[in-house]
Amino acid sequence: MSAVETTPPPVDLGKRWRITSRMAGVAVAASLSMLLSGVGLPPLVSRIILLVGLIVLAAALLKGKYRKFFSGPSAYVATASLLLLVVLAIFATELSPQNPYDLRQLDIMDGRLPPGSTTFDGSMTFHLGTDEQGRDILSGILYGLRVSLSVSIAATLAAMAIGVVVGIYSAWAGGRIETILMRIVDFQLSFPSILVALMLMAAFGRGLDKIVIALIIVQWAYYARTVRGTALSETRKEYIDAARGLGLPDWRIVFGHLLPNCIPPLIVISTVQVANTIVLESSLSFLGVGVPITQPSLGLLIANGYGYMLSGQYWMSMYPGVALLAIVASINMVGDRLRDTLNPRLTR
Amino acid sequence: MSVLDVRDLQTHFFTDAGVVKAVDGVSFSLDAGEVLGLVGESGSGKSVTGFSILRLVDAPGRVVGGQINFKGQDLATLSNREMRSLRGNRIAMIFQDPMMTLNPVLRIETQMVEAVRAHHRVSHAAAKDRAIRVLARVGIPSPADRLAAYPHQFSGGMRQRVAIAIALLNGPDLIVADEPTTALDVTIQSQILAEVQELARETGTALIWITHDLAVVAGLADKVSVMYAGRIVESGPTDDVLTAPGHPYTEGLLGSIPGHGRRGERLTQIPGMAPNMARLPVGCAFAPRCHRVDETCRAKAPAITDIGPKRGLRCFHPIVETEGAA
Amino acid sequence: MLVFLLRRLAQSVFVLIAMMIVVFFGVYMIGNPVDILISPDATPLEVEETMARFGFDQPVHIQFLKFIGNALQGDLGRSFVHGEPAVQLILSYMPATLELALLGLIFSVMIGVPLGVYAGYKADRWQGRAIMTGSIFGFSLPNFWVGMLLILIFAVELRWLPSTGRGETVEVLGMRLSIFSADGLQYMILPALTLALYKASLVTRLARAGTQEALMQDYVKFARAKGLSETRILVVHVLKNIMIPIITVLGLELGSMIAFAVVTETVFAWPGMGKLLIDSITTLDRPVIVAYLMLTVIIFIIINFTVDVIYTLLDPRVRVRGEAT
Repeated sequence: MSAVETTPPPVDLGKRWRITSRMAGVAVAASLSMLLSGVGLPPLVSRIILLVGLIVLAAALLKGKYRKFFSGPSAYVATASLLLLVVLAIFATELSPQNPYDLRQLDIMDGRLPPGSTTFDGSMTFHLGTDEQGRDILSGILYGLRVSLSVSIAATLAAMAIGVVVGIYSAWAGGRIETILMRIVDFQLSFPSILVALMLMAAFGRGLDKIVIALIIVQWAYYARTVRGTALSETRKEYIDAARGLGLPDWRIVFGHLLPNCIPPLIVISTVQVANTIVLESSLSFLGVGVPITQPSLGLLIANGYGYMLSGQYWMSMYPGVALLAIVASINMVGDRLRDTLNPRLTR
Repeated sequence: MSVLDVRDLQTHFFTDAGVVKAVDGVSFSLDAGEVLGLVGESGSGKSVTGFSILRLVDAPGRVVGGQINFKGQDLATLSNREMRSLRGNRIAMIFQDPMMTLNPVLRIETQMVEAVRAHHRVSHAAAKDRAIRVLARVGIPSPADRLAAYPHQFSGGMRQRVAIAIALLNGPDLIVADEPTTALDVTIQSQILAEVQELARETGTALIWITHDLAVVAGLADKVSVMYAGRIVESGPTDDVLTAPGHPYTEGLLGSIPGHGRRGERLTQIPGMAPNMARLPVGCAFAPRCHRVDETCRAKAPAITDIGPKRGLRCFHPIVETEGAA
Repeated sequence: MLVFLLRRLAQSVFVLIAMMIVVFFGVYMIGNPVDILISPDATPLEVEETMARFGFDQPVHIQFLKFIGNALQGDLGRSFVHGEPAVQLILSYMPATLELALLGLIFSVMIGVPLGVYAGYKADRWQGRAIMTGSIFGFSLPNFWVGMLLILIFAVELRWLPSTGRGETVEVLGMRLSIFSADGLQYMILPALTLALYKASLVTRLARAGTQEALMQDYVKFARAKGLSETRILVVHVLKNIMIPIITVLGLELGSMIAFAVVTETVFAWPGMGKLLIDSITTLDRPVIVAYLMLTVIIFIIINFTVDVIYTLLDPRVRVRGEAT
């Protein structure tokens, strides 16, 4: 044999890009924590940093593969609409004509106005109409988009972290531990997520934190299975043996070789999972066991307007629904392109 | 008049790696009742030639030049519908692997009756009747009962008989048989060969028998064309070509057949590997493996030349009679 | 083979017991049912009486043992709201859900298979790409929103079909079913379509992949060589080959269909067990929730077990490999 392949080819970045993408990751994490805690830089600055960081990360991910990624018109449309929706969600506070949760800004006299109406005093136009409390639907959608996206992204990231730990650990440990962990995974995956989440939420009660936890519980097993599969196939490759032969410590092999190889499939799955999670969260909220009424997601907005649908006041449900469809469809389409581009031999 | 007259056929595959000239200027003709053996290694373009005649070349392949005259009609000018009415009706085909050619989830009856009814407005019963008769003729015992069976209930040899029966259903003028016996046991192979030969004689059906095995051709074909890298390198009456090959490649093929009266003689083999069709040499495609090669062969490709009655050869340094006997 | 089946059966029993524990303690956490059962201004004595009547005053482990004991006799308690035995209640709601799920499956095959076969046939053309993009929308559309949209279009605007409810039912084999009456069927079309949409996208993708693979097979080429029309090749030769895997997958999906019916039934006020579950969660009707979960678990175990057995019969390799992947 001429040469043992010692370097796996995961996401291959040049050195400069590696540093840039790490900085972007730190920027995203920092700006998010500042936004959540309310301390540090002004929110607007943090949001701009967040957006720029996300775009840099996406660019690093696709580096050298733009041509493959943008292989048809639908890829451009999906990317553009996803970018637009993310911008709308991040800058919801700044872009909304109204803060829909500030009761002082609401007037019950403006309730259930059709699209294009103006406020009682004529100071503002409701382009997409209002709901029964006189809340501007457009503003509600922007805020709801932010809730839907952040809940599902948070749940997906946390579930992915748990799944990666469980998956790599069981692939690395093997034996009894692997069997037990994978039995639990199989057990959980044999029940549809909506049913499990529904019962969890029935037990927990409404709440943002609670729905995130429920969404983590229904998802982690999926990642664990995928990561274990990828890690298992990697551990059988020669470079791992070579690395062991060189006497590298286990953690170096896991973090240096196994984990990087699991990243492309994880990115593809998590993209699609964010979309699935948004749908799941909105379904739960629609059923009345999801987010609290004070922080409505798109699903809850749709549910609120549902009662008025049959009487022809369609806009309260219709437009949040269009926004929901747009975000889910664009994420799914981007995910589809990512699958083809990163090509980790995945089947749905 | 000849049943089939192929002139300068060119079928190319347009792949990402470049254009592959799988068939590059193949010509031959065939009279009623005549059997042509089309011989070559795998990848020589012999199967693609067969599929080109039926216009069944899969993408990215395409017939890009030449003429295929079937009973005086150029097949390239036919509409898809007209072509379809010829397929399985006037021109039939038999495939290599009998395990793969019959649809595993359909009864033999369905697969035979549909072949009849695609071309003739007859009742199901009449089509079934025809199927039973043809099955009996290719040697399937109790054909009426076997019609209800699925392909996996037949052995490989029996399946190939069924496939041959399907080809014969509509009494075609031409059958293209693509290595139909390669996947079968030797005993079954010879049985089927004998039967097909008899059927072709009886019905006057012309037959193109595509194979890599010169021994098969020896007993079956009236004439033979040897293909190498998309071109016919030697053709002529079977006996002439086999007893006195003119092309070093034909000679090599013959040398690698074990046979009677050659016991103790060492089998020869052609050195080197089948050529990479995407990157053929400039000159004669066989040059890298040829023992008679010189500078002329590497510089340009030889053209077909007549070297006797009905014999063509594509070589600068043909083996002359006395040498071949040595 | 027998050993495998027995082991699989033992596993199923284990899963069932595990689920009983999870379900009981999970549901135990949901609110205090007494608040629902009696009026807010009841005297402490009345409250205590009610607690004692339902056994809520006893420690959790006693309640649990009682629950297990009763469950083994097929008794999962009485509904607080309906006053009937919970199992019986759910069983009476079950036919409505099952017929809805079944019609949904039929719709998803009727929509997905033709689209998928066509997309596979035209894989590299715009038609195929358009269908695949469309299937992404099918995956993306939230179930409840599709339902609302269908109601808006076909019930409110066009007035072609009824919006909610169940319509006329016919008694078949002791079950009240809508599927056999013209009026009932009208009520079923919209909810079944809603339920079918996601699965239709799945079937489209499966059918497309299957068609692409089948088209590369020799038997299709041979069928072409027989002079068959493309339609005949697709409808008979290809379709028959891809239906087997599709039906297998759909059998597996029947369970998730029943689960997703929860959302659809709520949108269409369809009186099935999904709507019963949501209503019971709102009213904290604990025994019904428990009974629903236990019955669903049993349905899932049966489906998974059946699929495992079928796979084992079809593929001897599964028997050696101890685990599913």
